[in-house]
Amino acid sequence: MKNVKILGSGCKRCIATADMATAEAKKLGIDIELEKVTDFVDIAKFGIASTPGVVIDGKVVHAGGLPKPEDMAKWLAA
Amino acid sequence: MSFGLSTHPQRPASSATWVAATIAAVAVWFALYRQLEPVSAWLVALLPVAPGSHITEALRFFVYDTPKVLMLLTLVVFGMGVVRSFFSPERTRALLAGRREGVGNVAAAILGVFTPFCSCSAVPLFVGFVSAGVPLGVTFSFLIAAPMVNEVALGLLFALVGWKVAAIYLGFGLAIAIVSGWVIGRLHLEGWLEEWVRELRAGEAELPPDQQTIVDRIQAGIEAVRDIVGRVWVWIIVGIAAGAFIHGYVPNDLLASIMGKGQWWSVPAAVLLGVPMYSNAAGIIPVVEALLGKGAALGTVLAFMMSVIALSFPEMVILRKVLSLRLIAVFAGVVALGIVAVGYLFNALFS
Repeated sequence: MKNVKILGSGCKRCIATADMATAEAKKLGIDIELEKVTDFVDIAKFGIASTPGVVIDGKVVHAGGLPKPEDMAKWLAA
Repeated sequence: MSFGLSTHPQRPASSATWVAATIAAVAVWFALYRQLEPVSAWLVALLPVAPGSHITEALRFFVYDTPKVLMLLTLVVFGMGVVRSFFSPERTRALLAGRREGVGNVAAAILGVFTPFCSCSAVPLFVGFVSAGVPLGVTFSFLIAAPMVNEVALGLLFALVGWKVAAIYLGFGLAIAIVSGWVIGRLHLEGWLEEWVRELRAGEAELPPDQQTIVDRIQAGIEAVRDIVGRVWVWIIVGIAAGAFIHGYVPNDLLASIMGKGQWWSVPAAVLLGVPMYSNAAGIIPVVEALLGKGAALGTVLAFMMSVIALSFPEMVILRKVLSLRLIAVFAGVVALGIVAVGYLFNALFS
């Protein structure tokens, strides 16, 4: 079970990123626990300066802008 | 909108194909652009309106300017999308962290032009910068420059009003960001931040290194076009319609008497008028073009434009989450003063 956090205050792209994580995980058959982090304090603690951010098992893999689905699949599979 | 760049999804195209397709698309762009004026004149001539009348002038402005502005915007946004793929807020922050004021303000304002920034990201960006040790005033220089001196504003000014005005806008926009940020830094207002921001000391996330290929960067440009042009085209059409109305119907001397150089109060009035208006550069520049054509003074018009873009009420509401009301008031006040000064200076220089 992988823990996936999507950091962002609920903007359109953050929601799209969360949906993408769910869809890619399903495609790969990986079980994930998806968490949306919307609190600014919590977001800032991850040390990013742009949203949406993607954190997988505690590691920041992406910050700023909608990621590519291929990249999302790569992060989930790693 | 299609870009003539779609390749077969099953077969990954080589970088050479992408580069060639991009060059071809740009060539097609120029060929089309050159045909705009004759085609629009021909179209308006077909309409059952008397040549030289108000409605004809308004229509001619609208029919020619709409495709022109949209095409220029597409090209500029694509180019900047590619350039911006080399920058990220995280990297800009690393460049600015711990930098001294002065040099830091200048660097922050310049980086603000190139770093991708959206107002929905303003709070995480602000907190991310301040908590990583970027001085408050330097952070403000970035936050002022990023929305005000952007590719849309510069590209459209260049295209519609000329390179001189665009260059002056760039110079004075940067100057306002640098000086305002420096002043805010000198005032030492760190205590006026919301408490949680002051106490937060976050490290910087270690992101994977940037491994984008040329194809990724071209795609970033296309993505920027889809995103920005997709979002602002309505504003542009509204702006051009307003511009067309001004162009066709507003008498020349009316604007010269209200927004001309003779009235000392016109600059502050234009700035005040701009604050509650929330538009982006795309919607406001066609109006700027029309106002200038009707004899409004350049400084007054630019002050209005800067105020609309840089002092937006919704952005202040977002920033309220991290800044106290007093700090927002100082921020708005310093920037507004800077814009008024630029307005007077321009009117004095271009008389």
